Amino acid sequence: MEHYNMNLNLKVWRQKNTKSKGEFKMYRVENISSEMSFLEMFDVLNEQLIHEGEEPVAFDHDCREGICGMCSMYINGKPHGPWQANTTCQLHMRAFKDGDTIVVEPWRANAFPVIKDLVVDRTSFDRIIQAGGYISVNTGNAVDGNALPINKDKADASFAAAMCIGCGACVAACKNSSAMLFLSAKVSHLALLPQGEPERHSRVINMVAQMDKEGFGSCTNTGACEATCPKEISISNIARLNQEYLVASLTAEK
Amino acid sequence: MLDAKIPSGPMDDKWTDYKGHCKLVNPANKRKLEVIIVGTGLAGASAAASLGEMGYKVKAFCFQDSPRRAHSIAAQGGINAAKNYQNDGDSVFRLFYDTIKGGDYRAREANVHRLAEVSANIIDQCVAQGVPFAREYGGLLSNRSFGGTQVQRTFYAAGQTGQQLLIGAYQALERQVALGNVTMYSRHEMLEVVKVDGKTTGIIARDLVSGKLERHFGHAVLLCTGGYGNVFYLSTNAMGSNVTAAWKAHKQGAAFANPCYTQIHPTCIPVSGDHQSKLTLMSESLRNDGRIWVPKKAGDPRKATDIPEEERDYYLERRYPAFGNLVPRDVASRAAKERCDAGYGVGTSKQAVYLDFAAAIERYGKIEVSKEGRTDVPKEEIIALGKEVVKEKYGNLFDMYEKITGENPYELPMRIYPAVHYTMGGLWVDYELQTTVKGLYSLGEANFSDHGANRLGASALMQGLADGYFVIPYTIGNYLADEIYNKPISTDHEAFAAAEKSVSDRLSTLMNIKGSQSVESFHKRLGKIMWEKCGMARNAQGLTEAISEIQALKKEFWSDVKIPGDISEFNPELDKAGRVADFIELGELMCKDALNRNESCGGHFREESQTEEGEALRHDDEYMYVAAWEYAGESNWNLHKEDLKYEVIKPSQRNYK
Ligand SMILES: Cc1cc2nc3c(=O)[nH]c(=O)nc-3n(C[C@H](O)[C@H](O)[C@H](O)COP(=O)(O)OP(=O)(O)OC[C@H]3O[C@@H](n4cnc5c(N)ncnc54)[C@H](O)[C@@H]3O)c2cc1C
Ligand code: SF4
Ligand code: FES
Repeated sequence: MEHYNMNLNLKVWRQKNTKSKGEFKMYRVENISSEMSFLEMFDVLNEQLIHEGEEPVAFDHDCREGICGMCSMYINGKPHGPWQANTTCQLHMRAFKDGDTIVVEPWRANAFPVIKDLVVDRTSFDRIIQAGGYISVNTGNAVDGNALPINKDKADASFAAAMCIGCGACVAACKNSSAMLFLSAKVSHLALLPQGEPERHSRVINMVAQMDKEGFGSCTNTGACEATCPKEISISNIARLNQEYLVASLTAEK
Repeated sequence: MLDAKIPSGPMDDKWTDYKGHCKLVNPANKRKLEVIIVGTGLAGASAAASLGEMGYKVKAFCFQDSPRRAHSIAAQGGINAAKNYQNDGDSVFRLFYDTIKGGDYRAREANVHRLAEVSANIIDQCVAQGVPFAREYGGLLSNRSFGGTQVQRTFYAAGQTGQQLLIGAYQALERQVALGNVTMYSRHEMLEVVKVDGKTTGIIARDLVSGKLERHFGHAVLLCTGGYGNVFYLSTNAMGSNVTAAWKAHKQGAAFANPCYTQIHPTCIPVSGDHQSKLTLMSESLRNDGRIWVPKKAGDPRKATDIPEEERDYYLERRYPAFGNLVPRDVASRAAKERCDAGYGVGTSKQAVYLDFAAAIERYGKIEVSKEGRTDVPKEEIIALGKEVVKEKYGNLFDMYEKITGENPYELPMRIYPAVHYTMGGLWVDYELQTTVKGLYSLGEANFSDHGANRLGASALMQGLADGYFVIPYTIGNYLADEIYNKPISTDHEAFAAAEKSVSDRLSTLMNIKGSQSVESFHKRLGKIMWEKCGMARNAQGLTEAISEIQALKKEFWSDVKIPGDISEFNPELDKAGRVADFIELGELMCKDALNRNESCGGHFREESQTEEGEALRHDDEYMYVAAWEYAGESNWNLHKEDLKYEVIKPSQRNYK
């Protein structure tokens, strides 16, 4: 792998807090190595800003290895940037070249208000989980793990849906700000397992109701969510969600 | 000062007897008892969910935007349990034995035995929650092996076991939030423990969005705040992982045990430059199939794939034929360092060794071919089939490697090097997980309890969940049963006011330094001192130097740190400043502890104490104790020793040959 250095122009969204109006600001960073991660490039920018007496750019991040779901930058018009199946923290500077201008914004959605700069509030996702994204089993109630064999293909499909990291890129990518991919991943994870069976109907009804309450838009099947999802959560989960919802509505006793 | 409160009686019966006799709290009273849980990783989320289910009033805190983001999410390889599903001779005793031995005979037997006992329940609980563990075609749970053991007892979900377990615990926690039993405070950081008459009564927390300080009362406080590996700046930990909560507790009287016991993980992606902000682990499970080697010729300039088989030194297989690539982490890390120091390292930095999957790919390919009953299959097809198998097992890790390095590990061997990964040290706790401060408990990586001087792979997830799901629900009752007579203390109490004032004074002091150097630059410098002088190999001279360097760094920090922004707003630089200030103080204690322990054990290698072949040499006669440090003012600590008694297992020199 050939390594190189580059100078870049950054157009970054700055917003003091939820209430204030934000604006783009231009910055320049120099001698950025192609081996750096995108967030390491932001570290360089922030060190530079601190040095110049300016406030650094606030952004969310923690694991920096693509699993916690915390990082969330909208880079050149794409959530998490240009690479497929990738998070912001895993994007590396070899994706860019000398002289590039990179535009960086926060996730934009009514249900994700900006807290500061590139940091948004995603607690609406937690509330969707609270509405039913679990299996009601208290500690100590469990039977032996192997008492219930589970078809491997089903277990694998459930796992594929459970890989969602709750980052919200799907919402940011969607022109309607719909949370259907996120929600469908959770519904699929649990609906595909026998343990999830007893609460299957109430779960989907309650979670969808909460999603609507949070102000997420509706799904018009444009597929932008799937294309942007860092964990390649399949849009077929949305079809499953719709089916689950339909069956649940038809059989609802309440 | 140290009473471990280990129940009497035979090892096998201690926990059962304890559970049979500990005090209980009746359901009506539970509703009146408030428990504060700081940290909602595996340990904290499982505790919060379980205590909420039991009926206690729980308040839980985390500094991320959601409990689902805790550092536990990043655990890759798996979780151990003595299920013996593979019928390969596993048992509670064997898991107990392996953990004690892996910990180099520096862990407390009774705790470890309990851990092994409850390990099986954890798997059951997680399966019931819908954790999608890997399964075999028959539908049953799959296992793999991990370093330091000879049985297959590790349960996993591809390379994302921590994620799946945490999501399980998080969902259980959110269910309790929905039911009103747990109140969740995310983007909050605990900054002080509040005590009245020597007993814990609550915490001071800062709302990281508004910057406001808050007072919270609790009849008991549980610190589940994770490990402190980031004291080294570069580690596999998440960027936010820190020691602050534990350190505040320490300064309020909680003893800090074995701070110098750090685990350096052998298989991480090497440092690529000064810009590096963290290191990425390549799960230990890769050592099941990857072979570690360096060229036989020092400084060999050839590409890995151009070096013929007979010119490669598979040094782990050579030095440790019985365990080969599966020796415990400390042994594998030191062996890599030894080769690189001797000039055999690879890659541009020469600080790396190869982890090679070519043999495994071919082996798996052949198995696939023979499953289909085919012969005369061209080699390329065998390799292609083998790659598919490897992809299913480790696909996400291979992808991660490629994203970071730009190299394809299916074609070229990975380059790896050891990195700081886990801290066995932590708050001293007794058998009930209570610290030396009454009413203050510690769970998960934040406590020191179960791993001795070295943790075995896949045992941290086990311990975090054991503490949260199956230990604290019993042991806390034993304390809270007497608390029902005590009314909640008002947060107007002078102890709360004083604690809040000290926090707010400290924050203002930090903001007002208005110096010239960034927080990050201090953290980097601390990390460098720690890695060079308190890292994989330590000696008295280096440690003594480190202590004075850290003291000087501390002075400089408090006179020249520059924190932009405002105190009453979202200010990540200020959050980080507080954490780095605590890391600096911890760093000093770690060096002091490492200096005190003039022996090599587990992850702690003192150059003065090694065998002729360069293996670690313990001194059981002098150091068979837990070093619990009591804070006694700036740069001053009193050492208390908890002697370790081995009733069941006879300590021997570890031997993986
Ligand atoms: C890359 C990686 C891979 C690993 N793989 C494995 C593996 O395969 N198997 C295994 O057994 N172990 C593994 N480990 C180790 C294991 O993941 C950790 O030891 C374990 O998850 C720690 O869990 P915890 O609950 O104690 O802490 P954490 O998960 O670190 O949680 C800490 C919590 O405390 C909160 N917190 C901290 N300070 C404060 C404060 N002051 N105020 C408020 N909240 C605070 C955080 O917000 C967080 O919620 C791995 C570790 C790493 C780094
Ligand atoms: S579905 Fe994909 S994009 Fe949406 S939250 Fe989950 S991981 Fe992120
Ligand atoms: S920082 Fe964790 S996914 Fe990017």
